[in-house]
Amino acid sequence: MARRETPEINAGSMADIAFLLLIFFLVTTTMDVDSGISKKLSEKPPKDYVPPVIKERNIFEVNINRNNELLVEGETMKVVELKEAAMKFIDNGGGDGKIVDGVSTGACDYCKGDKNTASSDHPNKAIISVQSDRGTEYGMYIKVQNELLRAYTELRNRLALDKYNTSYDVLEKAYKKDRKNEELKAKVEFIKTSYPQIISDAEPSSAN
Amino acid sequence: MSKFGKKKKPMPAVNTASLPDIVFMLLFFFMVTTVMRETNLKIQNPTLPNATEVKKLEHKSLVSTIYVGKAKEEKFGKGDKIQLNDKIATADDITAFIYNERSQRSEAEHPYMTTSIKADIKSSFGTISDIKLKLRDVNALKLSLSSRKAEEIKQ
Repeated sequence: MARRETPEINAGSMADIAFLLLIFFLVTTTMDVDSGISKKLSEKPPKDYVPPVIKERNIFEVNINRNNELLVEGETMKVVELKEAAMKFIDNGGGDGKIVDGVSTGACDYCKGDKNTASSDHPNKAIISVQSDRGTEYGMYIKVQNELLRAYTELRNRLALDKYNTSYDVLEKAYKKDRKNEELKAKVEFIKTSYPQIISDAEPSSAN
Repeated sequence: MSKFGKKKKPMPAVNTASLPDIVFMLLFFFMVTTVMRETNLKIQNPTLPNATEVKKLEHKSLVSTIYVGKAKEEKFGKGDKIQLNDKIATADDITAFIYNERSQRSEAEHPYMTTSIKADIKSSFGTISDIKLKLRDVNALKLSLSSRKAEEIKQ
């Protein structure tokens, strides 16, 4: 049989096919990055562990009941007010800081709080204790955590602005990009230790 | 005016020969970036809470996800359910789940492993607390409570 010339394939519909595929992938693509409130759990205490005695005034007690109502230091409060209250507590600076490696950190010289002797001594001693009920809605719990974190962020930003003329967010971002930069690292570490996030989650009370 | 009085020339056809190339380029981009969901959700797709102070999870390969929400099928019963991998499980299974996740990664990466909890806002805190206690038992201390980034929280 005589060889016939192979006919050229019509490529006109290729674009259509490609479009079809493109639309499929466009629709199925999810570009969500997983983000969330990060928490560090405390290590499991040994059986014979005796918790250290902490002064009542260094604990900021937040209770959430199963009706999602907030009780802060014995008083009912709305979530909107929580940030202010927490900031006031953390930034109080009414006494000396804790002892790190045998050296006392002394009074808080960057705090701008009331120096009330009935509130926290120093940001590194101020503990926020969140006690929720088993029946508390998870959304409410996150809201409270978020407000508390916002209080810390605002304080950190303020301190960073005073000290280095940039906000803490900017500092941290710059450090993440350039991890070898010792100067940035020192700055970030300083702000972090000045206002450490000490939020403890007490075991929930059981709902009946 | 003479400028507008000119006779119109017929519009030249736009050359579409390079259109497939452009489309293919886009196609490859989306093909490469697409991540198909690996796990089938046995629970209803959780409505994540909104928060302003969120951090991105950086190493995706080191994240193990726990879903919490209501089951899709009625046979699992009502109330909050925990989903590990493809199965509805109880809080007691978390120990095994974490050990399994660890065995898939090298020893050096274990301290950087993060557990991400994707829970529905309507679920109760008790379930989350159970999970936390189990995670603490197996020393998986890095935790991320998955939430969507919001600029401002509506109260």
